[in-house]
Amino acid sequence: MNEAMKSVSIVRKIERPNTRQFIDAIFNDFMEFHGDRLFADDGAVVGGIAFLEKMPVTVVGIQKGHTLEENVACNFGSPNPEGYRKALRLMKQAEKFHRPVVTFINTAGAFCGIGAEERGQGEAIARNLLEMSRLKTPVISIFIGEGGSGGAIALAVGDAVWMLEHGMYSVLSPEGFASILWRDSSRVAEAAELMKMTAKDLLKNEVIDRMFPEPKEGLENNLDAVAAELKKALLETLSKLMEEETSLLLENRYQRFRKFGEFVES
Amino acid sequence: MNLFGKKSYFSLEGGEKERTKRSDKKRQKAEPSIPDGMWIKCNTCKAIIYKKEVTEYKLCPNCDAHFRMSPSERIAITCDEGTWVELDAKMRPKNPMNYPDYEQVIEKAQKKAGILEGVVTGRCKICGQDTVLAMMDSHFIMGSMGSVVGEKVTRAVEYATENRLPIIIFTTSGGARMQEGIISLMQMAKVAEALGRHDEAGLLYVAVLTDPTTGGVTASFAMLGDIILSEPKALIGFAGQRVIQGTIHQKLPEGFQRAEFQLEHGFVDRIVHREKLREELGKILLLHKEG
Repeated sequence: MNEAMKSVSIVRKIERPNTRQFIDAIFNDFMEFHGDRLFADDGAVVGGIAFLEKMPVTVVGIQKGHTLEENVACNFGSPNPEGYRKALRLMKQAEKFHRPVVTFINTAGAFCGIGAEERGQGEAIARNLLEMSRLKTPVISIFIGEGGSGGAIALAVGDAVWMLEHGMYSVLSPEGFASILWRDSSRVAEAAELMKMTAKDLLKNEVIDRMFPEPKEGLENNLDAVAAELKKALLETLSKLMEEETSLLLENRYQRFRKFGEFVES
Repeated sequence: MNLFGKKSYFSLEGGEKERTKRSDKKRQKAEPSIPDGMWIKCNTCKAIIYKKEVTEYKLCPNCDAHFRMSPSERIAITCDEGTWVELDAKMRPKNPMNYPDYEQVIEKAQKKAGILEGVVTGRCKICGQDTVLAMMDSHFIMGSMGSVVGEKVTRAVEYATENRLPIIIFTTSGGARMQEGIISLMQMAKVAEALGRHDEAGLLYVAVLTDPTTGGVTASFAMLGDIILSEPKALIGFAGQRVIQGTIHQKLPEGFQRAEFQLEHGFVDRIVHREKLREELGKILLLHKEG
C-alpha cells in the first residue's frame, strides 16, 4: 500500500476524531447555533461561538459520526445546501462582530441527492467561495480528515489552510478518479498516489500552508497532543491576523488563491 | 460526464463495451450526429434533418433543440460585427499532476475543438454596448475547468473590473478538469474571488447557462451572476445524474436539472431562446449602462 492509500484508510476509520471532538479539545464554552434561517438545520455542519483562551471565535465544521446512528444524524458528513448556508450565516455573523472564523473540514463531498439539487447545492457552494474570499475577518481552515472536492473548498477559502498529517484534499475521491478516468475501480491506490492528495504533496504546491504531525499511536488515542498544537498555532496566527489592516488581510487572501494554475503563454 | 462524484460513480454492471457505448450516447445527447453527408440526426427528437435547414443558431428545425455551440459560432450570433477582440489567445495548459498522456489528451481536444483550451475570452460590443465576454466550449474535454480555463476567466473578470465593464460568461462544462487534480479545484475559488471584486466595484455580471453546466463550474461562477439566463432545456446542476442515482437509488423525476427545473426552483432568472439572446443581452447591458 502506498503512502497516499495509507492516509486514505486512516482518515476514513470510523473512530477518527470528528469536528465536535476537536472543538471540545481546543475551545472553551462552545455554544452551538442551528439552522440557515432559510430552510433547515443541517446536522452535517456544526457551528457556533466559543472562546479560544480569551478570544471569542466563530467555529464551523463538517461533522462525521462514530456510529451508524450518529452518521445518519450528520448524513455521513455530506452537507446539503442548508449546511453550507448555515456556515455562511455564522461566518457573516463573525464578520459583523469581528470575531475570527475557524473551520474544520472532513467530508467525502457535498451530498448528491434530489433535494440538494432542488435547493441549489451548486449555488450554496459558489456563494460560500465568493463570500469567504471577501469576509472582513480572519479565517483559518483546518483539514482534519477527508477533503472531498467542492464540498470541502466551500469551507476552505481561508487566510491560512492547515492539515493534519493524514488529511487529504482532492478534486474527487480516488475511487471516482479511477472509475471515471480509467474505467477501472480497482486502480484506487494508483489514483490516490497520482492525485497528490496527501498533506505532504499539498504542502509542496502550497494548497496548504502547514501540516500537523499525528501521534504514532493514532489520532484517536491521543487527540489532546494534536489539539494542543493546533490551539497554540491558532492563538499565534489569529492574534497576528487580527492586528492586520482589513484591506491587507483581504489582499493576501485574494493572492493566496489567485496564484494557483500552471500554464504557458506563447 | 460527472466530475464531482463522491460516493458512487459508475454503475459497474455491464461490460466495458456496453459502458463505453452508453457514455458515448450520453455525450452526444444534445448534439446532432454529423456524418459527412447532407443529413444529420437530432439526438433529442431523433428526426433526420437536412443539414442546410440548420441555421447559424444551430437549432433543430423539427423540435427546436438547442445544439451545442463553439465559441466562434457563438461570437457570430452574439457580437456586433467586427468588434470582437480576443484576450489571452495563446494560453495553453501544462501538466501539473504529471498525468500520463495528458499532452495527448490536450492535443486531441485541440484538434477536435479547433481551439487551444476550453474557454475563449475577449471584449466586444453587443447591440452597441461594450462588454467583456467569455465562452466555454463543451467540445474541449467537456468544457472542464483546469488552470487555463480558470486563469482566462479570472483575467477576463479582472480586465472587466479594471476597465469598468460588464462581463458575460456563457457556461458549458462537466466540472473541474480531473487530470489537473487539486489545482483545478483551486480555480473555483480563484474565479469566485475575482467575481467578488467585480461585484464590489458595482459592475454587472450576466451568466448564460448552456447545455450542460455542471460540477465545479456550477458551484462557482455559473451560479454567481447578478442575472442568470439559461438556454431552454439546458442541463444545469451540481452532481451528475448517475452519481445521484448511485447515491439515493431512486428514479430521478422527469425534467430533473433542466433549465425549466432550475427556473422553477429559483436559480435561473430567465430562460431565453437562442434567437432572442443577443437582443436580451443588449437590453440588459443598456439597462446597466454607466453614466
